[in-house]
Amino acid sequence: MSKSKSAYVRPLDIKHGRVDMSHGSGGRASAQLIETVFAAAFDNEYLRQGNDGAVLPLPPANSRLVMSTDAHVVSPLFFPGGDIGSLSVHGTVNDLAMMGARPLWLSASFILEEGFALSELQRIVNSMAQAAKAAGVTIVTGDTKVVERGKGDGVYISTTGVGYVQGVTSPSGDGARAGDAILLSGAIGDHGMAIMSQREGLEFDSAIESDSVALHELVAVMLATGAEIHVLRDPTRGGLATTLNEIARQSGVGMVLNEGSIPVHKQVLAACEFLGLDPLYVANEGKLVAICAEADVGKLLDAMRAHPLAPLAAVIGFVIADEACFVQMNTKLGGRRMVDWLNGDQLPRIC
Amino acid sequence: MKYVDEFRDGSLAQNLTDSIALEAQHSRAYRLMEFCGGHTHALSRYGLLGMLPANVQMIHGPGCPVCVLPIGRVDLAIRLALEYDVILCSYGDCLRVPASDQMSLFKAKARGGDVRMVYSALDALKLASNNPMRQVVFFAIGFETTTPPTASIIRQAQATGLTNFSVLCNHVLTLPAMEAILTRPDSVPLQGLVGPAHVSTVIGSQPYQAITARFHVPIVISGFEPLDLLQGILMLLRQVNEGRAEVENEFIRAVTPAGNRKAQALVDEVFEVRDSFEWRGLGSLPASGLKIRAAFAEFDAECRYPDLLYANVPDHKACECGAILRGEKRPQDCKIFGTVCTPDNPIGSCMVSSEGACAAHYTYGRFSEVKWF
Amino acid sequence: MCLALPACIVALLPDDMARIELDGVRKEISLSLVEGANVGDYVIVHVGYALQLLDPEEAAQTLALFAELASQA
Repeated sequence: MSKSKSAYVRPLDIKHGRVDMSHGSGGRASAQLIETVFAAAFDNEYLRQGNDGAVLPLPPANSRLVMSTDAHVVSPLFFPGGDIGSLSVHGTVNDLAMMGARPLWLSASFILEEGFALSELQRIVNSMAQAAKAAGVTIVTGDTKVVERGKGDGVYISTTGVGYVQGVTSPSGDGARAGDAILLSGAIGDHGMAIMSQREGLEFDSAIESDSVALHELVAVMLATGAEIHVLRDPTRGGLATTLNEIARQSGVGMVLNEGSIPVHKQVLAACEFLGLDPLYVANEGKLVAICAEADVGKLLDAMRAHPLAPLAAVIGFVIADEACFVQMNTKLGGRRMVDWLNGDQLPRIC
Repeated sequence: MKYVDEFRDGSLAQNLTDSIALEAQHSRAYRLMEFCGGHTHALSRYGLLGMLPANVQMIHGPGCPVCVLPIGRVDLAIRLALEYDVILCSYGDCLRVPASDQMSLFKAKARGGDVRMVYSALDALKLASNNPMRQVVFFAIGFETTTPPTASIIRQAQATGLTNFSVLCNHVLTLPAMEAILTRPDSVPLQGLVGPAHVSTVIGSQPYQAITARFHVPIVISGFEPLDLLQGILMLLRQVNEGRAEVENEFIRAVTPAGNRKAQALVDEVFEVRDSFEWRGLGSLPASGLKIRAAFAEFDAECRYPDLLYANVPDHKACECGAILRGEKRPQDCKIFGTVCTPDNPIGSCMVSSEGACAAHYTYGRFSEVKWF
Repeated sequence: MCLALPACIVALLPDDMARIELDGVRKEISLSLVEGANVGDYVIVHVGYALQLLDPEEAAQTLALFAELASQA
């Protein structure tokens, strides 16, 4: 890594400096920013080559390529339990994991707002590097652009991920069948409420933290049980309710849930009550839904509960035949209601 | 959550529904109205409607302040945002209510109007303090539960000498609406009313005696939790069976006969009753709405913006919100329910508010229309 | 709109405000509409204001009534 003997007149002032338009122009300032902030934090063999793209190896025999992309516009940038950086790594890693793939490489493109503090950018980039390392993925290529003050929101990050999936079948949204069991890996609503707690004007104090985490190792453990997993999906924006409705429609089935089986942390429930929100629609960033053949519930649930990311894993319902593709729920009261798609969108940007 | 979870207990709910089933006489049909939108929401959200016997029918009432707000009043708020460049603060539910020209406050925001959602009246006041160079208008709606907070911020605004703050007042009153429901010549015969929970914490249980005395219809004030509702329905059935028409209070933990005198006095200090106010579904009702008193005129948006004149705008031709608010039709009786009119594309206000009968049925109950079990 | 919750007052604050708590979630609300509220009391909170004090004895009585039905059924 070349030091200050390079072509740069002055070292970048991370502590007090701010992004300006020259950092996006492609010239020396851009190069310095990339070298000092991004390449230093993400350092790996691909980035060190300094090329426009990364040449990656083909998947081994009996494996296929999987690709996924995610844009992150969360506000605020920093929240209890994470930040836009870690979120952008976990989000794409999880998308690949939901395809049954082992995530390997990420690209990261940044849209920076003129005036954004370099110290915050460094914090975000360090967080991404840490998250990538913990998840065993490499950030192999990237891009940086700068927009005028007022045309951005500090920083937007877009990540694309590539991984390998073994075998010829992988879980798919249209795979749910009547009689299948619906499993949930843990308590819902943490991420969305952690974001809400930081939102100006709402001002509530709590110990709620985002559950943002990489799920691919949990998925690997689940796949290794040999259970017949038909669908895997992580309930992000729109919450569990939206994800289940999506799957129901894609698969052409209905679902019946048991409200009492769905884990929700006490503080999340209380915070939802205060704001008139339903935890079923609140975003998650570290949970997954697995729909499997009923016969395999036991071994799948045991494997999940034994994993540190899913101690509260539970069977929350079953798939039924239903042309209307409704998701219904037996309430704790003993009644029954629908769990519809999210109607409207009054939540702030959370992913 | 203390005082919440205990009132949502499933086994106690079972006992209550068993008691209701025993109390409801097979030969009779019971038509009970839950007046308050919050109760409408709870009945659907907890699946209570399906737990009642078939001969006990719950009719949804007009106690949803967003639902009864006529298009013309929302138009005023939209004009303030778009033409007068104010910061227009509103509670969340109002943002999507359809107004004239296919507009809504939400769409006005997209067009450049500075529309901001607030969760508390205090937030509106804070916005005014923090933005001294802008005019801030609070779009105030609500029954007697929500009126005291508005009164409080107006008083506070006066005490702190704010010059950039005003309120567009749409507060309405419960009893005139109840009377209107019960006096309509073509009104649906009701045997009992479930009285609103939180309105009653403010106004007390005593005022409802005027209704029971005049109309000989029992009223049971019920708390907001599902067990409260079930108990309230049970108490109503008992009154109907015994031929009584009294005011009973199920929500004794928060409602007293006199209510919250301090809040009432504050409301009385800041507001006075309008001669009449337009309600969706009920027409123009005398002495049914509040306006800001002359002593606080500088905080009255209708005084600060005198060119802002109310114009009555009828609902969309196919919209049945009016009939639904009167209890004459159910959401599923509306020809455009669930097809053209959905929460994502609401044609009428009852589909927008989380307390609206249409939204409640669409979101929680429409599966029951299709016979699966 | 009718969204109101019972919450416990954990601290009294200046300007007629209070900190309330519900299962570990804390918020600051106004007590300007009620009288005689103290730390430890439960209040019904609506749009950032306490509207009324909750009477624990009456609450217990109501719950007892529900349970009574259980023994009768």
